[in-house]
Amino acid sequence: MLRLDDVSKVYRAGAFGGRELRAVSGVSFDVNAGEVVSLIGESGSGKSTLGRMILRLTPVSSGAITFDGTDIRALRSPKAYYRQVQGVFQDPFSCYNPVFKADRVFAMIKDEYFPRVAAAEWRERVEGALRGVRLDPGQVLGRYPHQLSGGQLQRMLIARAVLLDIRLLVADEIISMLDASTRIDVLNLLADLRAGGLGILFVTHDLSLGTYVSDRTVVLRHGSVVETGPTDLVFANPLHPYTRSLLAAVPRLHARWDEEEADPGETPCPYHGSPEGARTRPGLAEAEPGHFAACSGCAEGAGAPRKLAKEKA
Amino acid sequence: MSLTVTGLRVHYRTLRGDVKALDGVTFSVADGEIMGLAGESGSGKSTLGKSLIRLDGRMRHVGGTVELDGVTLPIGDDAAMNAHRFREVSLVPQYAMSALNPTRRIGRMVSELLASRGAGPETAELERRLELVGLSRDVLDRYPGELSGGMRQRVVMVISTLLDPSLLIADEVTSALDVSTQRAVARTLREFRDRGLVKSMIVVTHDIALVHQIADTITVMYAGRLAEKAPAEALVTAPRHPYTRMLISSLPEAGVRHEDRRLAGIPGAPPSLLDPPAGCRFRDRCPLAFARCAEQPPFAEVAPGHHVACWKAE
Repeated sequence: MLRLDDVSKVYRAGAFGGRELRAVSGVSFDVNAGEVVSLIGESGSGKSTLGRMILRLTPVSSGAITFDGTDIRALRSPKAYYRQVQGVFQDPFSCYNPVFKADRVFAMIKDEYFPRVAAAEWRERVEGALRGVRLDPGQVLGRYPHQLSGGQLQRMLIARAVLLDIRLLVADEIISMLDASTRIDVLNLLADLRAGGLGILFVTHDLSLGTYVSDRTVVLRHGSVVETGPTDLVFANPLHPYTRSLLAAVPRLHARWDEEEADPGETPCPYHGSPEGARTRPGLAEAEPGHFAACSGCAEGAGAPRKLAKEKA
Repeated sequence: MSLTVTGLRVHYRTLRGDVKALDGVTFSVADGEIMGLAGESGSGKSTLGKSLIRLDGRMRHVGGTVELDGVTLPIGDDAAMNAHRFREVSLVPQYAMSALNPTRRIGRMVSELLASRGAGPETAELERRLELVGLSRDVLDRYPGELSGGMRQRVVMVISTLLDPSLLIADEVTSALDVSTQRAVARTLREFRDRGLVKSMIVVTHDIALVHQIADTITVMYAGRLAEKAPAEALVTAPRHPYTRMLISSLPEAGVRHEDRRLAGIPGAPPSLLDPPAGCRFRDRCPLAFARCAEQPPFAEVAPGHHVACWKAE
């Protein structure tokens, strides 16, 4: 459904835009219907930039993002695109105008996309969508944003996206601002939406949240993919040292950091240590079916820029 | 006992009345103890942390006492507290950037700060401590804007503990950091205690999994009151308050998949603290609630060092 092909983003930086900042370089992956792909990375990894590019909020510098085979830059009607692809972001409070009641976000959808739907039917649809995200319509409709909790506002934004009958949801850190006891409800909600055929790109820095809900995982570092594959393979057998260190740093309830200090020692570089035949994607070697990892920055890889690896492949 | 808090009540003044953010909190922190203070937003954990060092303009000390090393802290009196701040009680705030003056080099800021407290510049000691947290002395010549988030956080930690306070309050110090930096900063906190730079510590956080890594005891707050306090291991593996149990079982861990085990959240929301209901404040969301919960349960010790405010906990 959604496909990213060698996507890069270069920002102009410095006082006169003299320097270049590569926020994203050569990222490729796809998201299918009924699938949750988690995009994991620390700050500065380019994960949010990718989300914004998919939502057409930021132009792509090179490479292509296609949705159902059409390049999203060439879309004749962005409105039709947004009817199928929507985003929900980290801070729900900043998505509402505090002067208006929170359900204005639904009214705006109606004016924009469904002007001919009768008011009564529309109300029914809104209530249906709200119940779909486990909200009591009577409790949230007609309230101002400050009267609702972050979890409620966040779920209303998801309901708003669902009202459009979208096919792809870009969820950018939507859990981070929520309290622990409501986080899991939103995650379960995403899992239910996936069961209904929605494709979800789940952008997060938190690996435990990523594993809970996703089918496939893409680990980003400094704007490029270091490891990708089915979530269970990536977590059971992390190949790239960066993925390993990320996993080790996640605080866990049933293991102390001190207990897992065991040094793994020298491990072969997942890219240059693999046979040539396994290097099937640009810069990535396939270790197991569907499980790809990049060079760990080993001696062999130090001098070779990404381009060379690509030509070899 | 390093810190003893008895029946502390702190309210926020608002146009609609007093918000009872802290409503009778009693606990103590022993010498050398790192106490994790966990809770969801609005539970009063940050209010408690702030109350021990500085009440802001909207906060009002309504009742209760705070005793540190046998001396009662005048927490309601902003000016009188000044003698205790930094020397006896110190704070590491959540956003290190907002604690550093962006227009001063760090070295100059530190010497100004020490001068304001009547302490002389101790360059050698300062450099030794920077080294301890893994920073080179060069940071003293830099501006805060030139440091990364994790470095800034560590600089602030060094500054806050420079006068060897008895109690250090760390308010969500790792929340804004990446996971790997988070681990380094959390370990530094522990290091400070192990080296005796601070006697005891309260680590305020919403992340139980993180605080479990560094704390000796964990206290869980709910709607302005303490729900449970126990040794860290016991609280995580054998919690006794229904709220703590539900909270811990709702946390996804790396490796737990939705298909294998569907976790459940806690239905409902905490009560408004403008006019909180009598009795146990968790009872509307509690699956174990019964008639007696209309009466407030005491924060009782059910096992050595394990306090729980619930009628059903034994």
